[in-house]
Amino acid sequence: MIELHGYGPLLVDGAWLTLRVALASVALGLVFGLVGATAKLSNFILLRGAATAYTAIVRGLPELLLLLIVFYGGSLLVQNIWHGLGGESYVEIKPFIAGTFTLAFVFGAYATEVFRGAILAVPKGQVEAAYAVGMGRLQMFRRVMLPQMWRFALPGLGNLWLVLLKDTSLISVVNLNELMYNTRAAAGKTHEPFKFFLAAAVIYLLFTIVSMVVLQYSERRARRGVRMG
Amino acid sequence: MEFDLQLMVDSIPSLLEGMAMTVQLIALALALGLCLAIPLALARVSKHAVVWMPVYGFIFVFRGTPLLVQIFIVYYGLGQSEAVRESFLWLVFKEAYWCAIFTFTLNTAAYTAEILRGAIQAVPHGELEAARALGMPKFLILRRITVPRAFRLALPAYGNEIILILKGSALASTITLLDITGVARVIVARTFAPYELFLLAAIFYLALTLVIVRTLKYAEWRLSPHLRPPPHLG
Repeated sequence: MIELHGYGPLLVDGAWLTLRVALASVALGLVFGLVGATAKLSNFILLRGAATAYTAIVRGLPELLLLLIVFYGGSLLVQNIWHGLGGESYVEIKPFIAGTFTLAFVFGAYATEVFRGAILAVPKGQVEAAYAVGMGRLQMFRRVMLPQMWRFALPGLGNLWLVLLKDTSLISVVNLNELMYNTRAAAGKTHEPFKFFLAAAVIYLLFTIVSMVVLQYSERRARRGVRMG
Repeated sequence: MEFDLQLMVDSIPSLLEGMAMTVQLIALALALGLCLAIPLALARVSKHAVVWMPVYGFIFVFRGTPLLVQIFIVYYGLGQSEAVRESFLWLVFKEAYWCAIFTFTLNTAAYTAEILRGAIQAVPHGELEAARALGMPKFLILRRITVPRAFRLALPAYGNEIILILKGSALASTITLLDITGVARVIVARTFAPYELFLLAAIFYLALTLVIVRTLKYAEWRLSPHLRPPPHLG
């Protein structure tokens, strides 16, 4: 076992926060993605335009820049509103909130395209049949659309999850004490950056490997009962 | 809340310098990365485990860890090693600039190799058989059929990779380099005007993305004359 000079628990704490921020982002990001896809497929040109602008802009900007915009710009915005309401003192958005929101926003932009494709892949006749037997919109979505589009969306979402997991490291730049931040702290204290960053890399790699196994299992599960090829 | 338009206009020259840095970083990394990716991809499709396994490992590690970790390992980690400090490599790794290029090159090489692997395996079998039937030696088939065909097939996916490396290049700002994001961060630290500067930086990135996307569209159009409708006669 490599000697981590007692900083092992610090890395584990960081890894746990990394996992939490990633899960929170993916939960919020899925909502953004579903809303985005619905908007993109809607009949209202305004909604379609807004969704197209959302995906085009977010996909063309570095995640780090978006995070800085949300963290510093968002803090300033909240502070100005707070001062406008008569409040005083310095206000700052929590790095966890800024990070989760940014990553969810990015995830949502890519997920919009994934969901759009998945919704279009479900045969139209099934949707019509659902309406014909008297289902409401929500019921149709829950009983007919969701279970089937899931299968088409899962591979794409899996890739996005792997990207998201790695992007959580960016939040260390705005001082969230997740894995990367704690690793930098440990590396600075011990003057052994090579060892500690390598240890962080191994932890990220482990997350990736576990995710891949889980994704493979869920993809198999999502297509149970489907005749292939 | 006031929006300082004057500050935005005044910052444009500095951000243009930042853009020159960003373009340099990604152009060098993409060129070197592509040179590295071609042999890697060819090794990746090899039948011998001794050849494809290490390449697979390299690709897996670079795709499975954050770019930020990779940059820090190179910038902070390699500089710490005595062996590196005492060798000629130190001339390279003491500069943040070369550390960034080195990391981006390896990172994009890993992703590109995987893209090219898919493309190489997608080259129609019949074309390779035809080349063999004509008596072409192995290397000539590689040079005349496999590589050019794979390039055309890989172009759309490679375009995405270029955008990804453009976005990743913003991480160079974390190791003191003054790329677009770096310049914006320095000015924000001085003036505390995050909206103005970060939005301006966003415009610069979107402009670069637009240029890249347009260029690729044109390249795809140029490289697929056989898929275009014939021009009208007369």
